[in-house]
Amino acid sequence: MANLKTSEKKTKAQSMGLHSEVLTGKTQQKFFNPDEAENFYYFGTYDVDFNKRTEIDVKNMECREANKKIDELMKDGYGTIVIKNPQGKHSLGVGILNKLNLIFEGSLGYFGCGSMDGPIVRINGRVGWSCAENMMAGKVVIEKNAGSCFGAAIRGGDLICKGSVGARTGIDQKGGTIIIGGDAGAFTGFMMQRGRIIILGDVGINLGDSMYDGTIFVGGKIGSFGSDAVEAELTDSDQDWLKRKLKVAEIGENFDVSKMTKVVAGKKLWNYDALEPTEKKGAI
Amino acid sequence: MPKKKGKKKVKSKEIKGQLGKKKETAREKMIGQTIGYRYDVNLLPDYSRLTPFLKKYIEAMGWDDLNWLEDVHMGYEENRPAVFDRNANGWVTIPSKIKLPNNQQDRDMIARELLVKFQMSPNHPLVDLKKAYLKF
Repeated sequence: MANLKTSEKKTKAQSMGLHSEVLTGKTQQKFFNPDEAENFYYFGTYDVDFNKRTEIDVKNMECREANKKIDELMKDGYGTIVIKNPQGKHSLGVGILNKLNLIFEGSLGYFGCGSMDGPIVRINGRVGWSCAENMMAGKVVIEKNAGSCFGAAIRGGDLICKGSVGARTGIDQKGGTIIIGGDAGAFTGFMMQRGRIIILGDVGINLGDSMYDGTIFVGGKIGSFGSDAVEAELTDSDQDWLKRKLKVAEIGENFDVSKMTKVVAGKKLWNYDALEPTEKKGAI
Repeated sequence: MPKKKGKKKVKSKEIKGQLGKKKETAREKMIGQTIGYRYDVNLLPDYSRLTPFLKKYIEAMGWDDLNWLEDVHMGYEENRPAVFDRNANGWVTIPSKIKLPNNQQDRDMIARELLVKFQMSPNHPLVDLKKAYLKF
């Protein structure tokens, strides 16, 4: 539990009147136990079998009903679920915090597969705005095109679109990898803070605008760089990783990664050095 | 006889921030940027250094690579090596009895392995929270 205590030494921030107390005990006094057992099971998740397969037709279901049905099937141990007739419904396949093979036979609407943590999803169609928003872990593969805000604020995992995507892809990205087989719209990587974006095609204007950190790799033409986005040297380790990642993504296996442009943050927006060490930790 | 004045020791002031004004690490020189964190968050994993446990974990989850663990690195908390656990929203410290290699890639792999073990442990703080507050 965090405690407040009065700081004896005045810091720069305190002398400016920003605060007069510091938080202590913010760090959790938790230590790893190297003898922890290997159980590959997160508490509260369902133990599913990938070989146990079932299908559901969601044509006449509301999205809540369909999502609840997916949850019930996972509870019964089904590890592979095929969704028939999604018909562009919004918010399908959201909040799945379990390992699972989920296949959509059709297109999804807005906010499909959001807030997921672990599943492997394949969508044999298109997706609307904000697909896989806030994804924590797992893999999502979209066979066709995607709308705007693709992978908004994702924190981890692989998000793959084999076609083209709209504007603001990877906005506020905090981790993970977004891979696009086609072109990407304007403001791709807007305000991204961490993670990686790979675009095999062309990208629109203001690429990586106001990005704080992270890396963007572009195979085609760049409309223009956004504020504080700069080109960096493509290293051997980058190329090795790109080849591996594209193989995993099932696209661009023969793509010449050595000709890709690497874009990183110029870090003019960084003010971390003016912060106190404890504040610096909080900013990570 | 006049006393010889001793030479005053001039303390070199550490300059933070800009590249070229401080001693850069090899990685900083290579990427031409200052690393603001105490570790390189953009360091891509070297898959030849995967630990046997991580291989088993990837297989169990049905993934082809480290997936979300690519963003996990060995950092520092209060001058001790530690890993940030996003589920518990805090740094988890490495016990001093675990000897860490100097190579950041190997350190990152150890960090990933320990983090996964910790998150799947019944001692994880989220277990108690879930027991107390889980709604559905």
